[in-house]
This record gives sequence, C-alpha cells and structure tokens, in this order.
Amino acid sequence: MPSLLFEMGAPGRGSRFVADAGGAKKYLPADLLRSELPIPDLAEIEVARHFMDLSGRNFSVDRNFYPLGSCTMKYNPKLNEAAAGFPGFTDLHPFAPDDGAQGALQLLWDMERTLSALFGMAEFSLMPAAGAHGEITAMLMAKKHFAAIGQGSRNVCLVPDTAHGTNPASAAMVGYRVVSIPSTSRGRTDVGALRSRLDGSTAVCMMTNPNTLGLFEDDIIEITQAVHDAGGLMYYDGANANAIVGLTRPGDMGFDLLHLNLHKTFSVPHGGGGPGSGPVGASAALAKYLPKPIVVRAADKSFALDWRRPDSIGPVREFWSHFLAIVRAYAYVIVHGEEGLRRNSLLAVLNANYVRAKIKDMLTVPYDDFCRHEFVCSAETLKKETGVRALDLAKGLLDAGVHAPTMYWPHVVPECLMIEPTETETKETLDAFAETLRALVKQSHDDPASMAELPLHTPVRRVDEAQVGRQANKGIGLRWEPPPNERAR
Amino acid sequence: MAQPSDRFYTKEHEWVKIDGKNAIVGITDYAQSSLGDIVYVELPKPGAALERSKPIGVVESVKAVSDIYAPVAGTVTEINAAVEDDPAKVNGDPFGDGWLVKLSGVDAADTTGLLDAAAYEELVKSL
Amino acid sequence: MYAPHTERDIQAMLEVIGAKSLEALSSLPRGLKIEKPLDVEAPLPEANAYARIKELADANSAARMLSFLGAGAYRHYQPPAVPWFATRSEFLTSYTPYQAEASQGSLQAIFEWQTYVSLLTGMDVSNASLYDGATALVEGVIMSMHANGRKRVAISRGVHPMYRAVLDTYAAGMGLEVTEIPLSANGLTDASKLDASGVACVVVQSPNFFGCIEDLTPAAKAAHEAGALCVSVTAEALSLAVLKTPRESGADIALGEAQSFGLPLGYGGPYVGFIAATREHVRRLPGRLVGETKDVDGRRAFVLTLQGREQHIRRELATSNICTNQALCALIATVYLATVGSTGLQAIAAANLKRARELKEAVCALPGFASAHEGPTFNEFCVRTPVPAATLAKRLEKQGILAGLPLSRFYPELDHDLLMCATELTSSDDIKRVTAALAKETERAVAAV
Repeated sequence: MPSLLFEMGAPGRGSRFVADAGGAKKYLPADLLRSELPIPDLAEIEVARHFMDLSGRNFSVDRNFYPLGSCTMKYNPKLNEAAAGFPGFTDLHPFAPDDGAQGALQLLWDMERTLSALFGMAEFSLMPAAGAHGEITAMLMAKKHFAAIGQGSRNVCLVPDTAHGTNPASAAMVGYRVVSIPSTSRGRTDVGALRSRLDGSTAVCMMTNPNTLGLFEDDIIEITQAVHDAGGLMYYDGANANAIVGLTRPGDMGFDLLHLNLHKTFSVPHGGGGPGSGPVGASAALAKYLPKPIVVRAADKSFALDWRRPDSIGPVREFWSHFLAIVRAYAYVIVHGEEGLRRNSLLAVLNANYVRAKIKDMLTVPYDDFCRHEFVCSAETLKKETGVRALDLAKGLLDAGVHAPTMYWPHVVPECLMIEPTETETKETLDAFAETLRALVKQSHDDPASMAELPLHTPVRRVDEAQVGRQANKGIGLRWEPPPNERAR
Repeated sequence: MAQPSDRFYTKEHEWVKIDGKNAIVGITDYAQSSLGDIVYVELPKPGAALERSKPIGVVESVKAVSDIYAPVAGTVTEINAAVEDDPAKVNGDPFGDGWLVKLSGVDAADTTGLLDAAAYEELVKSL
Repeated sequence: MYAPHTERDIQAMLEVIGAKSLEALSSLPRGLKIEKPLDVEAPLPEANAYARIKELADANSAARMLSFLGAGAYRHYQPPAVPWFATRSEFLTSYTPYQAEASQGSLQAIFEWQTYVSLLTGMDVSNASLYDGATALVEGVIMSMHANGRKRVAISRGVHPMYRAVLDTYAAGMGLEVTEIPLSANGLTDASKLDASGVACVVVQSPNFFGCIEDLTPAAKAAHEAGALCVSVTAEALSLAVLKTPRESGADIALGEAQSFGLPLGYGGPYVGFIAATREHVRRLPGRLVGETKDVDGRRAFVLTLQGREQHIRRELATSNICTNQALCALIATVYLATVGSTGLQAIAAANLKRARELKEAVCALPGFASAHEGPTFNEFCVRTPVPAATLAKRLEKQGILAGLPLSRFYPELDHDLLMCATELTSSDDIKRVTAALAKETERAVAAV
C-alpha cells in the first residue's frame, strides 16, 4: 500500500534546482508573503519509487484490453508521442510572433483543412479542449446564430434518450430546455416522436451517428431535413466517429455543427482522463461564429492567427488549442491518409461485430442487426436466472486483466454492457476476451455467490463508495489532512 | 418489506402520512433500495409552500439521483435535519427515522392520485 | 498503420459474423457513401511522417529564441524526473478512473493533486482539474452564481485579457452581465471603484496581468459585505510558493493555471486549470473529485466521489458539463511538486524574484525606459518604452530575442508598455543581451523617425 506523498520525506531534501537566490523574498512586503509552504520535501528516489508504485496499480491500453464502449480506447502509436516532444513544439510560446511559429501554424492549418474534408464541414476551430468543451462551444454558436437572425426565442434542445450526459448538460449551460426523444424497438431514434416535438421553439437537435447503441441511424437524412424544416440546427456528437471516418460524412448527412474527440477517434492518449481535444466543425452558414483566432493562409503561403472575425463567439480557452494533442492527431492522420482511416473504420466495425457474434449465445444482444464500432448486450436474463449482475461480470473481467466494458448506459437497455473493441486489437485478443466472458457466465451459473466477491486480484477490491460520498458532501475526505498534533503545531 | 397501511403512496415512490391538517413525507423502502446507498439529501426550506406533484428536493446515491415530489400540497414546518446529516438513515429506516419533511395546511380529504398500501404493493410487484 | 489484421484474419472473422465483406458491415443509406477521393494527403510511411513533423517543429524559429515572454505561459525548468515518471504508459494510456479497482494509481495521484492545490491555495477542497485557467474562471463564476442566484460579475481589468475574453464568450450565452473594475495608476485593482451590490462574485488576479501583486483583502471585504463571493485568479502558479494564500486574503474560490508546474509551453496547451474552494462550496465544484475510502478487505483505497453532481448522472442539472479534464497534466504537475518539494519550490520562486528584479533594474536604467508601476512584482513587470513597444519587439525579434508582450495587443491605449518576464532560466548574460539590444534598437528606431 503506497503512502501518500504527504506522509513521506523530510524537510531539507530536494534543494538542488537553482542557485541560491538568498533572501530574494525581501523584495516583497512581509504582509504579502505566506508564512509557510506545508508541502513535503522528498528525495528523487522517493518520488521515483512512489510513482513507479502507483503506475503498477493502473490498467492501461499498453498493458490491457479496454472494450470500453463509447470511449474508443485504441492503441496510441508512439510516433504521436515523439512528435509531440519535439522542442520546436514544446518550447514554443503561445505569444510567439506568427513569423516564428510558421511550422506550428502550418500544422494547425493542415489539420483544420483535413478535418473539414473528412467530415464535410466548411471550417473547423481546433480550440476546444475536449468533447464537452466542443459541445458548449457549438451551443454558444447556435445561440448567437439564432439571436443574429432574430429567432433568439428558440430555446429547446432535443436529445435522444441514449445521448451522452454531456449533451443535455452543455445545452442547459446556455439556457436551453432539454427535451428527450425516445428510441424505437430497433434502437433508432423515433422519427415520429421527434417530429411531434419540433416547432418554433426548436433550437438544436443533438445526435450521434452511429448512436450509442452502436447502430447507424438509417433515417438520418429524414431527421436532419425535418429539424431544418422546423428552423432548427443539427449537432453531431463525434464520440462515435470511429465508425465512419472515410466512409461517410456528417456534413453530407445534414449536420450543421459537430465536435470530434481527437482522444478517441484520432489516437491521442486518454491520459487517465485527459487532456483531450474537441475540435468543432461548422457548415458554411455557421462558420463565421467559430471561436477565434483561427489559422489562415495568406497569398504568399505564410500562415497567421486570424483575430478579425467579427461574428465569432470569441475565444473559449486561454490559448489557441491543445496544440500538443493536435500534433499527436496530426501524426495519426498523415500516417494513414484517407484510405488508412477508412480501413480503420471498417476494421473497428469488423472487430465489434466479431465480438458480438462470439458472445451472443452467452448474453442477450438486443437489436438483431449488424452493429457498427460498438454494441450493447444485456445481463438481464443472467440476473433473473442467477442474481449475477452486469457489474459482477465487469469486475470479473478485471481479474483477467481486461478493463470493464461501459456499464448501465445507455439506460434503455437493462443490465447493459457496452462493448467497443476498436480496430487495433488482434483476433487473438478478441477470442481470449470471449472465452473469459464465457468462463464468467459459467461461473455465474455454477457459483453465483462467488461473483459478488470479484475482483480478487486487483490492487484493491470493491471499495466503499457510500461512506466516502457522505463525507465528501461535507467536504471531508477529499484530501490528505495533517494529523491533529501537527495541525496544532 | 410490507407497505405500512397507515399512510398513502405515490407512483414516484413517496409516502405521506396524513394526520388532520398535518402530514409527514418520506420515500418508500422500494425507492431507497432501488437507489442504493444514499449519500445526499436536499430538502426544501421550512416555510416553503409545496404544490402537489412538484419536485421538492433530491435524494442522491452513489450512482443515481432522484427527485422527490410533493405527494400533497402544504407548507413545510420541519425538515429532518438528522437525515441531512446522515443520509444513511433513509436506507436504514425509510418509513420511520428516515422521514424527510413535515407539512401543515394539508387537505386531508384530497387524496387525488394517491395509492393505498395495497395498491402500492401491487405497483411495486409489477416493476 | 496500426490495425493488426491480416487478410486471413479478416476472412475468418467475416465467416464467424456471417457477413460477405467489410463493406457489407458498414453499408450506408443511399447518397451517404463517400464516392470521390477527399482532399486529404496520401499516407506517409512512418519514417517520412516523423521527418515531416520534425521539419514543421524545426520551422518554429521562435522556439529557439531568447525569450522574455510570460503573460500567462511561463518558461520554467522541467526536472527530467518529471516527464520520466509522469508519462509512463501506465498513466498515459489509461482511461478515466471510473473502475476504482483498475485505477488506484491515477486515483491516488489525483487525490495528491487535490491536496497540493488545497495546501498551495489554503483552501479546504480542490477538484481533479479543469482545462485551463480561463475556463476555470468561467467555472468559478458559475459556482458563485449557483451559490447566491445572482447573474452579474465584477471582474478586475487586471485579470488576464484572454481569461476575460473567454468569460465574455460564455457570458453572452449564459445571460451573465460582466462589469469591469478599473485599475488605478499603480496598475492595481481600484477597489474604491468597485460596486459589489448585486454581484455573484468579485474577481481579482494576483499577480495581475501587469505582474503587479494585488492585495485581495479590500475586494474580498467589499464582496462579502454585499453578500457576494470573492474569486481569486492565479495565472502564475509558482507565485503561490511565496505569496499569501488566496484563503488568507479572503477568497472563497481560488482558481487558476498551473502550467508553471512542469508543463511545457507547447504553443498554448494542454495546460492544467485548478479550482479550489472553502468547504461550504464543495457540492458546487465542477467536474471530478477523488475521495479516500477503504476496500472490502479494509485496505486504503481511492475512488471518484460526489458523482451525483456530474453530467453523466445529473445530465442537464449537473454543476458543469465537463467530462474529460486534464488528468495527465495534473499528474505532471503533481510529480513536479513532489520532485521540487517545499524547499525547491521556494528556491525556484526566489530565483524568479531575483532574476526579474535584475531584469527590471537593468531595463529601467536604460535611457527613456521606466518601470510602468511602482508596486511589488513577482516574475514579470511592465516597462514603459520610449518608442512604441510593438516596434521594439519586432526589431528585437529579428535578432532572435522575444523581448516580451507589447500590451497594445490587449490594451490599445498602452502602446508604450512592454510586459517582460524573467524566470529561473534567465541568466545574467541573457539580461545583458536584451538590455543591449533594447538600447541599440531604441536608438535606431528614434533615428528612423
């Protein structure tokens, strides 16, 4: 059990970094100074052992298979990391003059043009920091657009019941009322229900395609047409774009706005929860609202940050982009080209269908149809027969070194497991996964009580989430606290 | 758990025990057990006027959030500070110590939309 | 290409699935299939791709220049131990730690980050991270609005202009009114001009955009008297090592940018925003929070908690829409703080004070140059230039020196002000070089007029 950093070290360790600046603090008035800096002094070897210890207590794509639906945990090529580490990028200040940043600007420009081509959009902003940041960016654009055309009273955002939680949360931030659209028994958006909710108050309809059940919305043209006829805008949540790159384009489906998750589709590593990158694309009619600055190319083929965009909503973060994430995605794009990206999409769909076919005799797979890059299955029958839940299966997978699939979401499928293998996994890994799952289902029948004990071999086993939650609501247990005797001192 | 027969229920799994013009409101055993370990309870302020079927607060478990709806109209006279401090009480004794709010100004005759214990038991069995 | 499939694999898999071809699995409604090649460059072999990107990196001459740029992004020493440990595969390629059993490494590191932020700011609670300082400001304002139900904000003109621009972007969509608190001649927030009545919060940055160290106390007092919150912004997190904590100055919410803790300049990102608050605001904090608990065997464990505030559960009623944040950047900052420790961080901060002092004295001793403000500064300051600052900066750039940020970029009226920064990486020779160049180019510029 690793200690916390705050329980280690001794005062005086670690003072080798800079020449002693003597009492430089004397330049500041005493009443502006803090009295102490109560963080630990550690020797480098203590730091080394600590973080090596922590690293051994994590699953990661480089070590484990992550069939984590909606998260696209594909392999992150190491070329990406090398590219993001070049000093010409890492040492470049955001306020560097454009003349001195031509390489970075060209990379951003190339990437923007490539994404526009791949997704059928007029223009992209690479500024948003993550998917949800892209969503709020697009909502701000939609709101500005409706105000500009004298339809500022439109205030309803339509969201399918299978949507990511960020969709309604982002819409609510700009004051939009969220109205949910049900799914059909085929797992697609109910077009009739959608139509019945369209009127003069409709601002935006947010959708993913394929949807979160891993199914392609065949009626998408009809849907986008209907929303446009009602005067609304169509927003594409790019969380599931890994199924479609190079095959079809949201722009051609009729979407006006979209965001991508470069940390999903374009192999930027997830980093344990970020940083991501969430570029936003817009149709020709809406591009003028994109955040500024945006990179432009002059007639002499030099590049510059363009701030002269009078209709822009303005900047959405402090500097121009998550640049080093964009570099990683750029590496991925230029290695693949359009053909390579298309092949990846096809193989992502192949892998998902393969796993689906391998496990459909073990768990209920609703919606009798080929899936795209992911699919959902249900442990509802297993639960009725044995009492074993989807959660227990997922925890059992952890013991086998496989990350749990996405669980209990979308809510339309009970005891849901959402599985997205991604294209970078081998057939052997997928076969092994299916066999592991088979063994767990068998164990569920043979010895259901034992399933609630899993996992047995992870660094910690199931944790108490209730007690910590009750404490946390009072602001307790969210940080290390000094022992009471030290506090007194 | 059998549903106590001294009170009424809603389809949203609240219970209300009416005594003349006063009432006590809580959530049912089914509700607490579906939510799991409750970690946070948000209640209306004393003095607040409640409308029937309107949300009056929130119960939050580790992985879910549920609105609480007013089973009857009335004015909040007291909230259960003990469950605000220790929400586990709602799991432990939903029909007793885990009550949520007390109301006054209740119209005891108006039980529109409320279920008796038998009807509520039927509802729970059907879920 | 990184997908492992051989033709044989594909055929075998299609057979199990019962599909004829890859295309059959991805069939599309009429009219949606991409029929013609898109305007996307042909693929490059990995070796060529590497060379191409390196060429683009090398084309950024500014990355090699002697730099005195700060203004919200700071050039600091990154101990090699920091990336060595923080960017290991086990951290870099892991997912958000929703599965506690499989994520104790990430979870404990976030818990440690939350502790560092709390200790540095003097606050009770911190979240797991936010995108950057500017979006942290937006989240702090939203927290304040939720706390008191008000929709107006008073923000100092000394807050980073990009942060204020981002707040304006959000404010337009959220129906939030933003009022500016003017600055006095000494470059500090003029609290006497602050009308806090009816505002959700009062926002002040220290050191402010001009490098001046602000005393938040008067603004905090005015805010509290008006029933508003005081929000403290820190764009140079290293200053927290020596300055009075936001909490001691009366702030209810402390937020900012922690790029200085071991993150490269990287042309603007990714960096890492932080946000911390007093205990009473814990449920209003945006995004993820890690808490300490035990597993079924009684072992210490860490887990994401208070998820009922978050978008994946509360959807449109969430405290924020944030999902992915900056976990790896927060980890880098955590390893940085662990590596340098209290002694190291204070020594680095002292070196910044000393170098900036030397630079300020040297530049202000040049004929026609003067310090723009009198008060104390940390590692950057404004110098008043005898010729337009942008002209000078352009001339120095031609000699391979980034002299600083001409303030006219954000404050058109301040066209003779240059914001200069020195850090522990600035040497005496660097200071000599830039002062000599400033003197010479001023002469030339005057002669040219």
